[in-house]
Amino acid sequence: MTTSNSISEAALRQAPPPAPPRDPRQRHWLMTGTPAQRAAAGLLAVLVLFAVAGPLAWRDHAAQDLSRFLEAPNLAEPLGRDHVGRSVIARLAHATQLSLMMAVLCVATALLAGTLAGICAAWRGGWIDTALHGVSEAFIALPALLVVLMFSAIANGDLWTLYLGLALAQWVEYFRMVRARSGLVLAGPAVEAAGMLKLGPVHIMRRHLWPELRPLLTTMATFGIGSSILALSTLGFVGVGVRPPTPELGLMITEAFPYYHEAPWMSLAPVLVLTTILIGLLSLRRKETSP
Amino acid sequence: MNPSKTALQIPAGPAVRVLRQRAIQAAAVVLLVSTACFAIVQSLPGDIAFRIAAGRYGYDHVTAASADAVRAELGLDRPAWQQLLDWLANLLTLDLGTSLVTGAGIAGELGLYLSSSVQLAAAALALALAAGVTVGVLAAARPGGVLDRMTTLWVSAARALPPFLLGLVLILFFSVHLGVLPAAGHGQASNIVLPAATLAVGLSGLFARVTRDTVVQIRQSEYVRFAATKGLGGRLVFLRHILRNTGVTLIAYIGVQLLILIEGVVVVESLFAWPGLGHALVHAIFWRDIPMIQATALALALLVVVLNTVVDLGSLALDPRPRSREAVL
Repeated sequence: MTTSNSISEAALRQAPPPAPPRDPRQRHWLMTGTPAQRAAAGLLAVLVLFAVAGPLAWRDHAAQDLSRFLEAPNLAEPLGRDHVGRSVIARLAHATQLSLMMAVLCVATALLAGTLAGICAAWRGGWIDTALHGVSEAFIALPALLVVLMFSAIANGDLWTLYLGLALAQWVEYFRMVRARSGLVLAGPAVEAAGMLKLGPVHIMRRHLWPELRPLLTTMATFGIGSSILALSTLGFVGVGVRPPTPELGLMITEAFPYYHEAPWMSLAPVLVLTTILIGLLSLRRKETSP
Repeated sequence: MNPSKTALQIPAGPAVRVLRQRAIQAAAVVLLVSTACFAIVQSLPGDIAFRIAAGRYGYDHVTAASADAVRAELGLDRPAWQQLLDWLANLLTLDLGTSLVTGAGIAGELGLYLSSSVQLAAAALALALAAGVTVGVLAAARPGGVLDRMTTLWVSAARALPPFLLGLVLILFFSVHLGVLPAAGHGQASNIVLPAATLAVGLSGLFARVTRDTVVQIRQSEYVRFAATKGLGGRLVFLRHILRNTGVTLIAYIGVQLLILIEGVVVVESLFAWPGLGHALVHAIFWRDIPMIQATALALALLVVVLNTVVDLGSLALDPRPRSREAVL
């Protein structure tokens, strides 16, 4: 789930390939990307729009109307009503919003914390490096789901505990990657020269570290968002995630599954949203050249 | 190179270093997990004694008196740090305590959970490796061929279908529609098929991809060409040179995938009601069964460390060349 994109440190220790100089007039890759990438970006844009505008269009996701039990889809309710007569499309919109927001927040937090800790460890070295590395040793052996599960035990599916757990489970990947890469860059001749010229730490960060780390961090964050969404829905599915009646994709799949024969659209809608998000995020990556 | 020396041997020096590093990691994991569990459980809302009493006597029979009895019996009224030290001391003497809900000793139950989890993980890994390596080797025969492109599609599909969805799909297809395999349960040989297959599908695609890339790379290496030049048969070249060298990469890669496997085990066990560690952990979290949460979480985390140690030693045996300081992943 989360560690699928961890890059082995042995690979990191090899000198990175020289990055091609960036032409400031270069067009954004979305314009030049492959058709698959553009399609993926389009799909994701539609989903983000659904997550932002959907909850505004269908405000009420909790209103029950038992007389409309499992109502079939119609124009007013594109996905019908669920087993207690709630609007499925409203629940789906709110669930998508929740998933995307949580994922982006968790990844942003983990990325920031991991990157800062990694640069700190590589730059200062000494006991800070030893301490942080020791902590990361313990974390790297823990399956992320285990960390999130234990956190979800704190409060009955409180969002902030889930957020903390997800962020805590992910920071270690960013930390290890940034620490290994920064160590290489900081020991290099370019940084040594910059140090002799007294260009200061801000310059080194902006001109040497950031260009080196940025492409890797973007790739990892793309994966991280996907795995966060997955982790959240897995927890909901297993029954220890977000508490009902809050709509959440995994929880919706669990709730809808008993009515699969009467109302298949109810189970398929959240599954489709989930897989679309994941496929979209996966296809965003540039094609890696196979050896 | 003496031909009789092709037997696998683990070099002693690096092996000792690996074991030492992993032992330190195991100790760190134990400390982290147990303390975290405890801190988390301490901050739980509500009265834990009431919950435990409810778990024991049923919700209709809980009174303040029965909750007080539970509290006194389990020592839940002492300060938190005392309880934590108590628990860590118990852990050092390998006393895992008793379940707060069932009152049974945890050590015995844990053995049962552990064995069924290991069974499931081993079955899934064997299935994934067998399928992945076979497909990978076949795909490497024709890079860019039909099978090769199918593998790429397979990897993406497996990534987009998380284990719990895949498990649902398999249940729908094999149990509900075809009725050939049981959807849940434990005890018959056929019970393990669906959960192991669910786990294996995701892993096998990745293994196939790695195998294919490595085999293509090794086929072009000089030692393989030399072995062919000196007249070794195709089968011997494949076994002695290609497969062994692929194994080195593959084993290192299994180490990376172990976390995914263990996470998958937790999810799949809950889905298929497979009585393993993950299933027990989810239930323990639901019932706030503190000793059980700690024991199962520890067992899962240590399982990762132990499996990683095996992977390290395995890659040392396959590739005994001295190397620079390996990172413990």
